[in-house]
Amino acid sequence: MAFHSLGRERGDSMVNEHWQMLTESFPQLLEYGIKVTIPLSILSFALGLAVAVTVALIQYANVRFLRRLCRFYIWITRGTPLLVQLFIVFYGLPDIGIKLSNYLSAFLVLGFNEGAYMAETMRGALESVPRGQMEAGYCAGMNYVQIMGHVVLPQAFRTAFPALGNSMIAMVKDTSMAASITMAEMFRQAQIISGQRGDVLLLYCEAAVIYLLFCTALTWLQRLGEKLLAKRGGVRA
Amino acid sequence: MMLDIQNVRKRFGDREVLKGISLTVDKGDVVAILGPSGSGKTTFLRCLNFLEKADGGALVFDGAHFDLHTASKADIARVRKKTAFVFQNFNLFLNKTVLQNVTLGLEKGRGMKKNDARAAALRALEHVGMADRLESYPSQLSGGQQQRVAIARALASDPEIIYFDEPTSALDPELIGEVLSVMRQLAKEGMTMLVVTHEMDFARNVSNKVLFMADGTAVETGPSRDFFENPKADRSRDFIRSILAARE
Repeated sequence: MAFHSLGRERGDSMVNEHWQMLTESFPQLLEYGIKVTIPLSILSFALGLAVAVTVALIQYANVRFLRRLCRFYIWITRGTPLLVQLFIVFYGLPDIGIKLSNYLSAFLVLGFNEGAYMAETMRGALESVPRGQMEAGYCAGMNYVQIMGHVVLPQAFRTAFPALGNSMIAMVKDTSMAASITMAEMFRQAQIISGQRGDVLLLYCEAAVIYLLFCTALTWLQRLGEKLLAKRGGVRA
Repeated sequence: MMLDIQNVRKRFGDREVLKGISLTVDKGDVVAILGPSGSGKTTFLRCLNFLEKADGGALVFDGAHFDLHTASKADIARVRKKTAFVFQNFNLFLNKTVLQNVTLGLEKGRGMKKNDARAAALRALEHVGMADRLESYPSQLSGGQQQRVAIARALASDPEIIYFDEPTSALDPELIGEVLSVMRQLAKEGMTMLVVTHEMDFARNVSNKVLFMADGTAVETGPSRDFFENPKADRSRDFIRSILAARE
């Protein structure tokens, strides 16, 4: 009887300990998530999108030398691991005198990495826009840039929207890689707290839950966006 | 004479598609360009608006001379400003409403003010009977309606000549009539038109001139009535006979 209640007491105090850990660490991690993971995701995504649109437009316009350069970039970026790219930029480049902070390294590598994938998405989307509209635009007196801006790109973005949403979700998860270059982001913080206070399983699960929350919110936004686009006149109704 | 087309030549690889086509167009002419498929009709029309770069040939348009092969960007823009093109597949801007399809080119391409563009667009859409669908998107329209919007888009820029590239070929049979009646109306109002078509009734009753092409050459050019009632070339005779036979 006494033994039994002792066990339960110990069990209760363990639960309490875990609970205390959880209530202390979860807000901390969430704070890092909001202050670091989200801004880093958004900035890197913006960079990636800018790179992707540029690369896709160059390939669409079919300027031979630049086109080769773009294929080369996509080939290198998609053919090497993100982690290796981060290490090369953060730990490797200082050897040749280029020292970048971990935040800047993460921003550039994540942006150019996802940019390569999104470039392929955008290229496919651009090519799916019927070329006849380009000719109709010329006949209506518009130039290449005007037709691109008003007719072709908007349709390409609409086509690419679901795939770009997926890239954004991938980006949020990939920011955890920045922990490996000592960047104080959410996952790194989970590592640090668990190193100091134990409770490894709990802390990593907390981090996982926060990533899941972010990605769920994004999925939800993605669906909302698709609905809104569908309402605004169906290109592919 | 408003438009003098001289000796247009074009080859794709080692296939010579246009072997020197010439045509004179007066103001108000409606020229039907006829011929079996593969005869180069569409390519000929596309060369005139620089959608295809001809290997040789020239345009004299309102007294100004343009080389079809070496024309500068500025020259191309000048020619396109005076002309409009209606495509077989309409080529409406799919992300724009009916009204925007007409105003976009006027505003961006021709630098018209917003209100003027809107007014011109409304007039043109009224003309083709599409003024009640201003806010619709192309995907919400039938093929015939889309083509009428495309004609309004052509009309709104107040062109001196409109090129039609098989404007009814992509349409279901029951929708052809509404497009042809718009074109007939335009012809009546004196619009100058070059029409690549397989619609023999249109060629016979609406057009006043025929250019009959085969294998990249102009086999016969002349008044429509002469072409249909008294064709000079054997190939013209065969063509008319085969069309009539196909109809029965």
